[in-house]
Amino acid sequence: MASEVRLLAFAGARDVVGAGEVSIALSAPEPARAFLDRLVEAFPGLARHRGSLRLAVNGTYAHWDEEVSPGDEVALIPPVAGG
Amino acid sequence: MSVEPRPAVLADLRTEPLSVDEVVSAVAHPGAGGTSVFIGTVRDEADGRAVTLLEYEAYPTMARAEMRKIAEEIAGELPDVRLAVTHRVGSLRVGDLAIVCAASAPHRGEAFRACRLLIDRIKERVPIWKREHGPDGPYWVGWQDARCSSHEGHHHEHDAEAHVHGK
Repeated sequence: MASEVRLLAFAGARDVVGAGEVSIALSAPEPARAFLDRLVEAFPGLARHRGSLRLAVNGTYAHWDEEVSPGDEVALIPPVAGG
Repeated sequence: MSVEPRPAVLADLRTEPLSVDEVVSAVAHPGAGGTSVFIGTVRDEADGRAVTLLEYEAYPTMARAEMRKIAEEIAGELPDVRLAVTHRVGSLRVGDLAIVCAASAPHRGEAFRACRLLIDRIKERVPIWKREHGPDGPYWVGWQDARCSSHEGHHHEHDAEAHVHGK
């Protein structure tokens, strides 16, 4: 059984996390909102950007009440700026 | 549901210079009476800051999927349109093409509308970022702005808060 989440961090979020990809220990599913709390605790520099961050779970934007599970690929999505 | 067979004929990221012809050709077909094209290029300034270089970064798998999803949505809303887009990633200089969008339709109205929707939704949702390089040092567009609270009188866009798109 997987016991961690593969976290991808992009752009400014990667600068705060210190790497583009890290493993986050997670033993049981939890809502995306709680998972973001966990990330903000692990990487306090995210706190001031919290309101602008979105999470994508396995390549799709997640609602805050949607669950993140061990084995998932979760991406920290800062405000996008394509085009 | 629309039965349009090929709503998005092309939705891709590129590391090489973009070709307008490629994107326009992708939406060409005998039923297309009008084709609208949007080209986004690197500008020499942003909000008063001089820009010499823009570094584009994407979450590649999701960016491609999201561009395709957007094209499919628009094709569902505007029957008979065909859409294509390529977005460049990597280091771009002033004047370089960052994005090429094209939409064809039987008539110009739908072509213009579809193209506008395509670029607007891409800017709002597709996980692509850019870092400006200029005399003031590197700057992730939208990131530093995000710490400003909305009641401070700034007019930054806070797209991320207003548009949470789930499954």
